[in-house]
Amino acid sequence: MRYSAFSIVKNALTGNVNWKPAWRQPEPKPFYDIIIVGGGGHGLATAYYLAKEFGLKNIAVLEKGYLGSGNVGRNTTIVRSNYMLPGNEPFYEFSMKLWEGMEQDLNYNAMLSQRGIINLYHNDGQRDAYIRRGNAMWMEGVPAELLDRAALKKMLPFLNFDHARFPIMGGLLQKRGGTARHDAVAWGYARAADRLGVYLLQNCEVTGIRRENGVVTGVETSRGFIGCSKLGLAAAGNTSRVGQMADLKLPIESHVLQAFVTEGLKPAIDHVITYGAGHFYISQSDKGGLVFGAEIDGYNSYAQRGNLATVEHVMEEGVTMIPGLSRVRVLRSWGGVMDMSMDGSPIISHTPIDNLYLNCGWCYGGFKATPASGWCFAHLIAKNESHPVARFLRLDRFERGYPIDEHGAGPQPNLH
Amino acid sequence: MTAYRLSAGGLVDRTNRMDFKFDGRTMSGLSGDTLASALLANDQLLVGRSFKYHRPRGIVTAGPSEPNALVTIGQGSRSDPNTKATVAELYAGLDARSQNRWPSLKHDVGALNNLLSPFLSAGFYYKTFMWPAAFWEKVYEPIIRRAAGLGRAVLERDPETYEKVWAHCDLLVVGAGPTGLMAARTAGRAGLRVILADEDFRPGGSLLSETVEIDGMPAPAFAETLLAELRSLPNVTIMPRTTVFGWYDDNVFGAVERVQKHVAQPQAKLPVERLWRIVAKRALLATGAEERPLVFGGNDRPGVMMASAVSTYANRFGVASGKSVAIFTNGGTGYRTAADLAAQGIEIAVIIDSRADADDVAPTGTRVIRSGSVTDTKGKHRVSGIVVERSGFEDTIACDAVAMSGGWNPVIHLACQRGAKAVWSPELNSFLAPDVGNGLAVAGAAAGIYSLAACLSDGAGKAAAIIADLGFSAVSDVLPSVSGEIDPSFTALWYAPGAKAKAFVDFQNDVHVKDLGLALREGFGHVEHAKRYTTNGMATDQGKLSGINATGLLAAMQGISPADVGTTTFRPFYTPVAFGALAGTSRDEHAAPVRKSPLYNWAQKNGAVFVDSGLWYRPAWFARDGERTWRQSTDREVLNVRQNVGICDVSTLGKIEIFGRDAAEFLNRLYCNAFLKLPVGKARYGLMLREDGMVYDDGTTSRLSSEHFFMTTTTALAGGVMSHMEYCAQVLWPDLKVRFCSSTDQWAQMAIAGPKARHVVQALVEDDVSDAAFPFLAAQAVTLKGGLKGRLFRISFSGELAYELAVPAWFGEAVADAAMEEGRAHGICAYGLEALNVLRLEKGHVTHAEFDGRVTPDDAGFGRMVSAQKSDFIGKRLSTRYGLTAADRMQMVGLKPVEADKTFRAGAHLLREGAKPSTLNDQGYVSSAGFSPTLGHDIALAFLKSGRERYGERVVVWDKLGGTETVAEVCHPVFVDPGNAKLNS
Amino acid sequence: MASLISCPHCGTRPKEEFSIRGDASVLRPDPEASDEAWNDYVHIRANPRGRYREHWQHVAGCRRWLVVERDTMTHEVYSVTDGAVAAREAAR
Repeated sequence: MRYSAFSIVKNALTGNVNWKPAWRQPEPKPFYDIIIVGGGGHGLATAYYLAKEFGLKNIAVLEKGYLGSGNVGRNTTIVRSNYMLPGNEPFYEFSMKLWEGMEQDLNYNAMLSQRGIINLYHNDGQRDAYIRRGNAMWMEGVPAELLDRAALKKMLPFLNFDHARFPIMGGLLQKRGGTARHDAVAWGYARAADRLGVYLLQNCEVTGIRRENGVVTGVETSRGFIGCSKLGLAAAGNTSRVGQMADLKLPIESHVLQAFVTEGLKPAIDHVITYGAGHFYISQSDKGGLVFGAEIDGYNSYAQRGNLATVEHVMEEGVTMIPGLSRVRVLRSWGGVMDMSMDGSPIISHTPIDNLYLNCGWCYGGFKATPASGWCFAHLIAKNESHPVARFLRLDRFERGYPIDEHGAGPQPNLH
Repeated sequence: MTAYRLSAGGLVDRTNRMDFKFDGRTMSGLSGDTLASALLANDQLLVGRSFKYHRPRGIVTAGPSEPNALVTIGQGSRSDPNTKATVAELYAGLDARSQNRWPSLKHDVGALNNLLSPFLSAGFYYKTFMWPAAFWEKVYEPIIRRAAGLGRAVLERDPETYEKVWAHCDLLVVGAGPTGLMAARTAGRAGLRVILADEDFRPGGSLLSETVEIDGMPAPAFAETLLAELRSLPNVTIMPRTTVFGWYDDNVFGAVERVQKHVAQPQAKLPVERLWRIVAKRALLATGAEERPLVFGGNDRPGVMMASAVSTYANRFGVASGKSVAIFTNGGTGYRTAADLAAQGIEIAVIIDSRADADDVAPTGTRVIRSGSVTDTKGKHRVSGIVVERSGFEDTIACDAVAMSGGWNPVIHLACQRGAKAVWSPELNSFLAPDVGNGLAVAGAAAGIYSLAACLSDGAGKAAAIIADLGFSAVSDVLPSVSGEIDPSFTALWYAPGAKAKAFVDFQNDVHVKDLGLALREGFGHVEHAKRYTTNGMATDQGKLSGINATGLLAAMQGISPADVGTTTFRPFYTPVAFGALAGTSRDEHAAPVRKSPLYNWAQKNGAVFVDSGLWYRPAWFARDGERTWRQSTDREVLNVRQNVGICDVSTLGKIEIFGRDAAEFLNRLYCNAFLKLPVGKARYGLMLREDGMVYDDGTTSRLSSEHFFMTTTTALAGGVMSHMEYCAQVLWPDLKVRFCSSTDQWAQMAIAGPKARHVVQALVEDDVSDAAFPFLAAQAVTLKGGLKGRLFRISFSGELAYELAVPAWFGEAVADAAMEEGRAHGICAYGLEALNVLRLEKGHVTHAEFDGRVTPDDAGFGRMVSAQKSDFIGKRLSTRYGLTAADRMQMVGLKPVEADKTFRAGAHLLREGAKPSTLNDQGYVSSAGFSPTLGHDIALAFLKSGRERYGERVVVWDKLGGTETVAEVCHPVFVDPGNAKLNS
Repeated sequence: MASLISCPHCGTRPKEEFSIRGDASVLRPDPEASDEAWNDYVHIRANPRGRYREHWQHVAGCRRWLVVERDTMTHEVYSVTDGAVAAREAAR
């Protein structure tokens, strides 16, 4: 059922009882050409592009819970392409462009809101690093602006200009950055993939990967064995667990990242703003809640919940950046399990097993990558070669000595 | 008295009247009121507007789950948006305003949305606003955003203060109702350290609203008796106004105490809120149960309230919720409310009981309709009647309030915060807490025990089990006796049949039954999907009233058990907590500690302008009379160092004393260059790698004796290097005999640099500092004139003849003063970080601007320094990876503008001349740049692909961000004194 | 684990006094070991859901490195050992 102005009116006048399911609830078939493990944003997008861009049929997405139950539904919804390194920036800009056409493409309103993202800087060194980053963006054709303190004051008068321990000197602005409605991204891809014949199998947990003669022949699942010619893993925080089923050695640790939302407020913060003297970032949702987060908790965990000390630290950063947040009440905190890689950058790659493909390492930045991740992973699976913008995101880059380390923090995941 | 205030009764102080304002109108309440009870007493039932449809809404509850009665309290920078009137303690002068309405609460334009509601069904926005494409951002979204939210945050600096405290106890009892009080008494008598926390300003919980007698006294009096005993026990701490909001690892609970939220003028000496981290050996959840709303047509009309709230307002606050109250119930609670109303002389319009048979007894003369259903309500800003249906017959019954009771939901929020799922009990028709192990037990109504007598017993019993478990001995106890109790059991009713109007599930977010039906129809039937698609349970009450009803409805629509639907995930915070309370004192200037060098005062009196550098404040430059810009001061300082002599505070460098038989071996493994044979009395530049072969930090390390080394690190990584060394010594090589400690704060260290440096240094120290006696890289203890012991190092960051003199921190200022004095004749000046940076740039020395974590020693020109002889050092093996040795890596070079008056800045990228800007064509970037007063033009250090092969080549320094493109010549990175003549002079 | 850590030297202390480095089960290979062994040491992690050994440092206390053995799902702590003691044991 295509969504249109006409369909909205017609259904409204008939009591909204004729809307059709957004996707089918099919039974698994015994075999698919391609199976994607993980029904989150990346897995669903991969399936969609496999069908739409690469004309493939007979695809299934296996999800152990409900569609979009992972990080796509528990993030801070930020979309941006303000990266510095050549291994990353073209990829994220490709993603940004896909975001900009996503709603029409999917016939689903994911509420992309390009309200601008501003990274604050607090000293000369940070400013220089942002200049380097901004120029790297421009190299890729991505507009960026460096704001000085006066410009910032005009734009964001509520920032802590007078009493900051680390004075706010300026910021790097990407106007095209912003937010999107996270659940809608998963649902939009799911619905569009389903319409192209993709099987979305919920409550279907992969428990084993069957291999014969060094190639994958299918997966054992909670709904029985399902065969396939090609297998793609897009399991985010559970990558290591699924990868282990195929004896993959992975440069991945699973970490908790907390995110928060406040009570609904009348519009007060119009941009996405990130703090430079910490990791705090904040934006306001279309519903009015301030959505924010900061650093990961710092330890390996699969628990999907965080600790209080980190909560307090996040609030300290928030109040220091925007003193007026002090009396705003925080409604809810939640934790996602991040697949932190050793250099802080993602992996879309072949594996040592010929027909097994890997998509992981999104750290805390997977949401913005959703469309490009899906497209490039589909490209890799369909054509058996990397998409040009994802060619650096290889699994073997660590042993070969080509890390993509935006923070320069080295092979320690909790520092990225 | 006001219209709805009962003439007697309640736990309010009728002698203490308090005036307050609501939407500018002055009203009067009593001490002991909440804002909600005071508003009700003043016939102000309409308090808010709902989120989506802007429907008029009144007070529904008498507690923290209130979805409707949200107001902004306070003015200006002291305003608190979205405050629940039902928990806001009334005080004289309280100023409350309604929210989400324009122009006024009574006449709200936004209510037009209500007419459009067929078009605004669940998830409508995902299906629309897409045509034409550009309209979403420009037209639709701005409209939606303007409609967002309820209250308004002023985003002004908060004048109040907050603080954080730890507390430790044997037993934390959450909730001071009947169960919690009994548990605290039992545990308190046994000698446990008990904390009893309750969110209410008055402990007692449901006992404050009860009319039964306990041990022959009214329930509130009984509560007071228990509290009196608890107050007398030194091992028991009662914490009212304290909400336990989260259960974290290791049985640590987060709680927020509202210390001064209930006063008009907070005292400055106290925080307004206090965050508690309570470490509890055991915790007991005695949080009671939440009454479940009934889902029927028109159930959101102001005047439709929870039955228990109607009882609470009558019994605890002495307020009638209406003059003629209809009751709609599926269990005994409705009859309890009927009895309470009858006792207060309030008319009961009718009792509608959804059940066919029940043993419950209605007050004499009350009309009871069994097997009945309310299908609609009448009225505008207050209900005026209900439409009742029974066996196909319809009747409209006048009333001005409706008390609804749909049964009970145990409050199990905290128990479910750590991943365990709530368990459905078909017997109790409720979700119960999962078994979460020893740390947290659940008692009383929170455990599905709804009779008061049983709650009292369960509280005592669960406490007794904990007492035994912790090895204490219980003191024998006689359980109180309860008389006059009504059986609160109920039969589940998820949906009152025959609704003729919207039947709301989530009041605040305007989610009604049909929305859930639509979600199910469209494939969003999973409880989490339904929540996210309809926004049910996402409002400020986080589904306290709506969550379980949504589960029941989704189950009923599919003909399955609520057990198969489950609940959405419970997460902190139990009720919302202010940023300020969680941040405490760590904000503004106090967000991080301040470190000041021992030479801070010296710098200050010499005119330093300070800049923050990590936690330190360091002199950036020393302004002199007539200098108007930092550049003027910096240029003067640089030239003076090159021509005469300057003095610079380098105390902030990390300093580590390293001792032991294996100290040399340890350093040899730590640094990529050789240290084993460093002679005593010598300093050496050292380069530390990470295990992945990238440069981690650099500095000089001196050998003061055969088993004593002194290391300096960069300021930024002083702490990191220390931890790294400790890791290496303790974990990697625990058998090496080496010990070290930081002495960063023990030494004041100053660089004295320039052609005339020796004169100054010699004037300060007894020892011979001539080039022959104290050559470049000499390092040793010295005696200052007057006998002070210090250390002197012949090292140079500026490239000049230079010494670094270290003295015990508390002599730093005096020594620096003496240096200034002795140097006056030689033209000494103090120089700051800016000049230091220019000097090192001219000399091609690197900082963390170059070593950004992606750079190998070879990239920066230190390739030959890396020891090929050593069998092992940190970073050795991975530094040989292909990508780290590839010929096209970016290498450090110098840049100078082809036209001398052109400038460039750090962060610019490099392109071949004529090349089109693109990521593919990107040749590198400028890491440091600045004006060289020595050379008279800008210079830069840059990383350029295969850069060392490209000296003499012209590149474009491309700074699109700054709008400049400058042609530069690639050159060797050492601009000044490449032969080191000055250094060695 | 994420609120309190029982340091074997200092007793039970708040988590904020500690810093976390990561997997303690990987052991630094012999200098002569294979490239693969070295790459695995620096880059490859088992990342188990369940029992896990992790390096923490009591930076605001005794400054000793500790091996915290715990569960990555429940955060239950099984043991906390001094890092040097653990290293010597592992070397045996």
